[in-house]
Amino acid sequence: MKDVNVVALCVFVFFFLAVTVMGFLAAKWRRAENENSLDEWGLGGRSFGTWVTWFLLGGDLYTAYTFVAVPAAIYAAGAAGFFAVPYTILVYPLIFTFLPRLWSVSHKHGYVTTSDFVRGRFGSKGLSLAVAVTGILATMPYIALQLVGIQAVLDVMGVGGGENTHWFVKDLPLLIAFGVLAAYTYSSGLRAPALIAFVKDTLIYLVIAVAIIYIPIKLGGFDAIFDAANDKFTANKTGGLVPVEAGQWTYATLALGSALALFMYPHSITATLSSKSREVIRRNTTILPLYSLMLGLLALLGFMAIAAGIKVENGQLAIPQLFEDMFPDWFAGVAFAAIGIGALVPAAIMSIAAANLFTRNIYKDFIKPDATPAQETKVSKLVSLLVKVGALVFVLTMDKTVAINFQLLGGIWILQTFPALVGGLFTRWFHRWALLAGWAVGMAYGTIAAYNVSTPKQKHFGGSSAEIPGIGEIGYIGLTAFLLNVLVTVVLTFVLKAVKAPEGVDETSPSDYTADAGDPGVSTELPKVGAGTH
Amino acid sequence: MSEATTGKQPVITPVRIVIALCLVAPFVAMLWVGSYAKTEPLLAGIPFFYWYQMLWVLVSTALTVVAYKLWQRDQRARHTRNGGEGR
Repeated sequence: MKDVNVVALCVFVFFFLAVTVMGFLAAKWRRAENENSLDEWGLGGRSFGTWVTWFLLGGDLYTAYTFVAVPAAIYAAGAAGFFAVPYTILVYPLIFTFLPRLWSVSHKHGYVTTSDFVRGRFGSKGLSLAVAVTGILATMPYIALQLVGIQAVLDVMGVGGGENTHWFVKDLPLLIAFGVLAAYTYSSGLRAPALIAFVKDTLIYLVIAVAIIYIPIKLGGFDAIFDAANDKFTANKTGGLVPVEAGQWTYATLALGSALALFMYPHSITATLSSKSREVIRRNTTILPLYSLMLGLLALLGFMAIAAGIKVENGQLAIPQLFEDMFPDWFAGVAFAAIGIGALVPAAIMSIAAANLFTRNIYKDFIKPDATPAQETKVSKLVSLLVKVGALVFVLTMDKTVAINFQLLGGIWILQTFPALVGGLFTRWFHRWALLAGWAVGMAYGTIAAYNVSTPKQKHFGGSSAEIPGIGEIGYIGLTAFLLNVLVTVVLTFVLKAVKAPEGVDETSPSDYTADAGDPGVSTELPKVGAGTH
Repeated sequence: MSEATTGKQPVITPVRIVIALCLVAPFVAMLWVGSYAKTEPLLAGIPFFYWYQMLWVLVSTALTVVAYKLWQRDQRARHTRNGGEGR
């Protein structure tokens, strides 16, 4: 076990406490101001201008995925990990095309979740349940990724960790991360408002700016960095600066699959729906992509870690270790706080979005339709804790050294709700039972295929890519499962229509999908859900 | 771009085709990995593979802006022609 970096730890703890206290106080203060204030957390900002919104939304995009998992993938495998950049490029044309329609229909009918929409559109409680369960399940590994990020930071600072110590000491950073997350979510909930976001984002931008300017200069420029990386990959005969021919399918399918998956997650849907109008969504897609640029630069930190001679068994530690080696102790503390808070806040948001999904679409629809608001809150809080326990299970049972797989595993599942949601936004041709069957096939195939991926370190769920049947190339399992899902859905829809199976009732009408704020029947504010607002 | 249209205006217009192209272009460019999987030419020491994709962040942003502006114009034009109907 390494020594504790006292200065860095003090700075880290200072920022952590500051943010937690701020969140707690802000929650109290807001409550006094407006007891029934609606979902605060979208931060899409009803009262904020475009640039402030941009600032805040950008901060939300920076999670442990950006800071830890992607650079770690580059550190370990080189070019293959860079797929995150085309992934984030492709997200925006998709959002531009799909989400304004979802915004309109949701604001017309008061839908808060994708499950709400699917039930309203296809009149199928079963399909709605499938979408809700998938959303909750897929969020867990994504939260697990955030936990791994916090854990990596604590580990590098010398708080427990290390590979060959007592199990309790080894997992201590993880348990602390979990405890902090649970306490933070419980105390501030979704009320943790703009104030925290500002602190968090300022920290993050500061660290990014310093990291991508200061570190390359110190390492002798990009020439030296890429040369060192090239030497390492050549020596190890793994990875490389450019994906080999065989890896190109994987690269493309990972980028496309991740892009299709991103806006299906419960937390991203909630954020989108909280925009002021449907036009805001489109306008934001014109400025948000600039974040991908910074993601790209952050990804290159993986190469910088190689050039700086950082050798870690667990790739997730590469970037925190790089920061510790490169920065003076106090700034390393700031950087760790940025990563830590940058993982904590999204993790809290994700777990609450998943909990609200449960409360609204499973608890109220299936278990207790006449639940009081107090009961809903209680259930939401409990479930948000259970979701985090689920995330913990993922961390403990899966190989933490390739954390990006957590996010990709979530993607495999959440992608299976795409046909019902996006299909439903544009057409009602699909039959509800066909969609349900397609979902089931996609889920089963994706899970089994992922289960069968083994690595030397792990027998099952070792990765997210496998051979695409019929093509023979290695590709992202999520995308293969998704295509299978669509195939089953289309074929069964023909069959079910031929036998005249009963269609569900569609409560939406074509003009609902294009309505904007200010049109009759369009509410700017959506009904409130569960714990987040209490 | 299959937004619902009212009246007898065509769903597919030249402007809408341009919008669609703007939105599809990043997919073609990014998913065709073979077109950029190489190290030369370097830019400030960064291999082609990396700076090309980062360049595409800017290109795709520009394309989305064009699509957005055209879409706004298209909607306004339709709105006027329909005398306040449709969007």
